[in-house]
Amino acid sequence: MAQIDIPLSGRRAQDVPVQHLDTNYLNVSKGLLSWFLTLDHKRIGVMYLLGITGAFALGGLAALGFRLELFRPGMQYMTHEQYNQFFTVHGAVMVFLFIIPGIPAALGNMVLPLMLGAKDVAFPRLNLGSFYLWMIGAFFFLWTLIGGGLDTGWTFYTPYSSTLSSTAVIQATAGAFVLGFSSIFTGLNFIVTIHKMRPPGMTWHKLPLFLWGMYATAVIQVLATPVLGITLLMLIMERALGIGIFDPANGGDPVLFQHFFWFYSHPAVYIMILPAMAIVSELIATFSRKHIFGYKMIAYSSVSIALLSFLVWGHHMFVSGQSALSGVIFSAITFTIAIPSAIKVFNWLATIYRGSVSLETPMLYALEFIWLFTIGGLTGLFLSVMSTDVVLHDTYFVVAHFHYVMVGGTLFAFLGGLHYWWPKMIGRMYDEGLSRLASITAFIGFNLAFFPQFIMGSKGMPRRYADYKPDFTLYHQLSTIGTLVLGAGILMIVYTLVKSIFSGKKAPANPWGGATMEWECPSPPPHFNFEHPPHASDPYDMERVKWDEQVGGWVPVPGYQSRVHH
Amino acid sequence: MSHDHGHGDKPFLAHHFEDEDHQFDSGKLGIWVFLVTEILFFSGLFCAYAIYRSMHPEVFVFASKALDTKWGAINTCVLLFSSLTAAWAVRNAQLGQKNRLVMNLALTIACAFGFMGIKYVEYTHKFHVGLKPGDLYAPVEGAYPEKGHGHARAVTVALDHSADPEAHDVAHEAGAGEHPVQEAHAAAPEHAADGEHGHTMVPWDDPRVPTEIKNRLKIFFGIYFCMTGLHGIHVLLGIVVFFWLLGRAIRGHFTPTYYGPVDFSALYWHLVDLIWIYLFPLLYLIH
Repeated sequence: MAQIDIPLSGRRAQDVPVQHLDTNYLNVSKGLLSWFLTLDHKRIGVMYLLGITGAFALGGLAALGFRLELFRPGMQYMTHEQYNQFFTVHGAVMVFLFIIPGIPAALGNMVLPLMLGAKDVAFPRLNLGSFYLWMIGAFFFLWTLIGGGLDTGWTFYTPYSSTLSSTAVIQATAGAFVLGFSSIFTGLNFIVTIHKMRPPGMTWHKLPLFLWGMYATAVIQVLATPVLGITLLMLIMERALGIGIFDPANGGDPVLFQHFFWFYSHPAVYIMILPAMAIVSELIATFSRKHIFGYKMIAYSSVSIALLSFLVWGHHMFVSGQSALSGVIFSAITFTIAIPSAIKVFNWLATIYRGSVSLETPMLYALEFIWLFTIGGLTGLFLSVMSTDVVLHDTYFVVAHFHYVMVGGTLFAFLGGLHYWWPKMIGRMYDEGLSRLASITAFIGFNLAFFPQFIMGSKGMPRRYADYKPDFTLYHQLSTIGTLVLGAGILMIVYTLVKSIFSGKKAPANPWGGATMEWECPSPPPHFNFEHPPHASDPYDMERVKWDEQVGGWVPVPGYQSRVHH
Repeated sequence: MSHDHGHGDKPFLAHHFEDEDHQFDSGKLGIWVFLVTEILFFSGLFCAYAIYRSMHPEVFVFASKALDTKWGAINTCVLLFSSLTAAWAVRNAQLGQKNRLVMNLALTIACAFGFMGIKYVEYTHKFHVGLKPGDLYAPVEGAYPEKGHGHARAVTVALDHSADPEAHDVAHEAGAGEHPVQEAHAAAPEHAADGEHGHTMVPWDDPRVPTEIKNRLKIFFGIYFCMTGLHGIHVLLGIVVFFWLLGRAIRGHFTPTYYGPVDFSALYWHLVDLIWIYLFPLLYLIH
């Protein structure tokens, strides 16, 4: 296809919009400094993507390390202390450096302003500042690894973290503190951007569901994360100076730390899953070529999950000595979260029903997400019932449950979103066959790794143990093999995506037929995205675009008048 | 990236906003969301304070007497006045009164320095007499005021030498918490009993009170230094922000159509002030 190098605005009214530009955000300026000092949300998104990929690799290697150790009962090549450090590093790095910033900071930064037809987020400098806070947090974690490791578990429970552990707890908590502020500023930026930067015609009920999800996420980021910040500061003071607030020997209460920690960290679970649900809502609609079913229900369920998430932290503490009454109350509120979650799943299924579904890679991930998230969500109900939780607490059942939600849910949705927006981000198509194979490999590996953990957990295998009875050998071996398959799948994904940068064919502006605004600017977008904000209409009116053989992508239907959707 | 500021005649209008109102409204929403974050940030400490104080009311009441109410009150006035000058600065910016704007910003900075100076005096004194946070706590003789604080000396701790369960009730009636009673019971069995039920109420600084119980007082200073320290850091950040504003005001950046930074910084400053309004009575004025 010929290169078209004329301003976007000059061709706006014509049939075929500009597909590629010679000068885009990737090559508008050159040199490392032009990246490190950029205020462009797209470049910041790309830098986040590189950063979290590094964190993911580190966390993944740690997981591989202890899964290999668990292949046989008894200790193979680690000491007990090293085992503790491996699972702690895996958890802390994955949670604080990968999953929480994953979708909002990397994909959200890339896509959110594009979906609004805006030139940038509301506060571009603050956005770059968030990225540097992330970098500083990552350096603190590296310092932790070099300066004595960490063996407290990612939850930093007192009194072990405050007085007993001899590892680098202060560095790690300082890192998590800084990362918290990175997350807060991203959330703040997104809230203001969604409120103030919407284009003409985009009312709240014409907001793409990805943005509803990002908005709900941002509310949690802004309201919950500061509480984690102050909790970690108090933990640092406790450890450094012995102020005693969490130390019974000094008149404090270690359970108070758990209350503070989960007041943040339970909402944080929804910081992880809401953006994933937000992505899946986009993928399901686009690849079913059908208007999303129950738009308002999906939108409001995101917000209600965000609000309910603040009222359930006590379900982490059923066996920590809180009163039976608070246990019952927390248990009851926890059940109610199942309602908005199920609303989403039913609406996705209703969207797929009688849609013209095409199983391209992003859609595969969306379907895998529904499968995995449903298992993860339903097993969550076992844990919200106090009587069963007392039995299952701190077993592999819990480990399997939250991996089905956080990895099966968030990671698979992240990969789906990455494959969906990759052509927009990089301007190249990846090898569809290879990426589907990689997706299925990762899916099989994941289930093999974590499904046996439900079984061994319900049989009583405790989590965080370096050794186990020979009865559990089969489950652990299946799990370790699954981890290796999952790892192979992820390597294939990385290979496919990296290969596309060098040899992929040029991506059209709209390769999938999406009706949201990011598909209206060329791939990759120019530095300022849109010369003028496009007029917003129903983001799920799939009739607006049609396949154009000559372009090799989807183009707007000329003169199309949108039918009224309820 | 020479195109970052695409509005030639309006040097401070960022390229991605339509006009000055759009930019101002976005900034205003942003600062309010940030202030909500700040309130939740401090809320953890206030929550810890509430729980800690309800667990050890006698510790808080006694130890708080070591704080200097006079300096605290003066500091409250200083901060309140600085909030006035900050609000005044916003009005000056809106009306384009450059000289008054510079003056009010400078006054705000001066008050902030005054506040930090007084805090320095207070902290220095505390460190001098060994009323330091956590493990550093090592009060010297006379660290707690002796005269003119009759009320403080009336706060007592129960020394208990018998297994008599009534001792708990009596201690409660006397306003002392449960923990000191139990601790005293465990830690000082050899002290001579001189009370009716084998216990006696003595002042905190009575020589018979075991050191472990006296050291309970450090609980207060841990939370005191955390709360006022974090607040002090916010004052320091405010000083940096107001110096930045001052520099821009002198260069004439602020106009009736562009005064957002002054408005937003003043809002931040009011919050810092407001937090102190709560800290002062909670730490200095408890009975």
